[in-house]
Amino acid sequence: MSRYVGLVLISHSYDLAYGLKMIASQVEPDVPIAIAGGTEDNDIGTSVIKIKEAIESVYSDKGVILFFDLGSALMNAELAIDMLGNPQNVKIADAPLVEGVYAAAVESGCGADLEEALKVAEQTRLLEKKI
Amino acid sequence: MSITFNQLTKWIVRAAEQIMKQKNYLTELDQAIGDGDHGINLSRGFQEVVHNIQTLETDDIGQLFHTIGNTLIQKVGGASGPIYGIAFIKGGAILKGKKEITVSEFSQFLHKSVEAIKGIGKSEVGNKTVLDVWTPLADYLQEKGENIDWQEAISYCWEQAEKTKSMKAVKGRAAYLGERSIGHLDPGAVSSSFLFEALFETLGEGNEAK
Repeated sequence: MSRYVGLVLISHSYDLAYGLKMIASQVEPDVPIAIAGGTEDNDIGTSVIKIKEAIESVYSDKGVILFFDLGSALMNAELAIDMLGNPQNVKIADAPLVEGVYAAAVESGCGADLEEALKVAEQTRLLEKKI
Repeated sequence: MSITFNQLTKWIVRAAEQIMKQKNYLTELDQAIGDGDHGINLSRGFQEVVHNIQTLETDDIGQLFHTIGNTLIQKVGGASGPIYGIAFIKGGAILKGKKEITVSEFSQFLHKSVEAIKGIGKSEVGNKTVLDVWTPLADYLQEKGENIDWQEAISYCWEQAEKTKSMKAVKGRAAYLGERSIGHLDPGAVSSSFLFEALFETLGEGNEAK
């Protein structure tokens, strides 16, 4: 069993997802992070298949948290989870993409469980950035 | 009067042609209140759908709809992929094993689709979405049944799409515009109308070219 909760970064842009992974991996290189950016042809959009494969690639009993950028990515994320048979330890975070992923990576890297990492990631919604 | 597998295949081919033809129009509508990719995304998806259903070796309508839905989910990329895709997959499940269906069965398909769209889109009628065409149409077909006049159905369908103009978007990218979305047609309602117009035209031609 992996020691870490896995993260999946879903964006309409491959580059955005890739760049964000670079940021998060720099702070927590051991946390499994997969990206699902762009459509199958790497155009702007999201792909259920890419999301499903990304989840599978970082899945362990510790669970996986999905982060998404805009509305339709959420629908595809839900569909991907549905296609995997709705595993209870795969959750979608309601969080800002950059801050949420960063916080979750740190939490996961510290050995947090799924619920803890998800909670901290979602709390970033309340962060004030200019203090 | 029954609707055959062949008619439904013809419907989808016709709908795909129309959606590709209207690609720029749909994109313009989406540029006004969305992210401007509706026409491009749907065209890409339906092009692939036509390819996939023509190589399909079955006469099972449920399987036809499943293939349509799966292809749209995989190929469209924007919100319309999962929305249209899930509509065909979940709605089409009730047509499994059928080689021909009645108008009433088609309306049942629409009712199931509407449920699936509501589930994934977390939206309701009146939110300026595809549901504002699919939902009234499901009721309309159920009410008319075998006595349906296909030309009237086409008019009815476009009237529903037109109603989205005065609605305020609360879902999707258009929701960020709030009040400013009022006065614009919903691109999904319009593409849905093209889709169903193609169906009613096909059915209006009858069974002669089996």
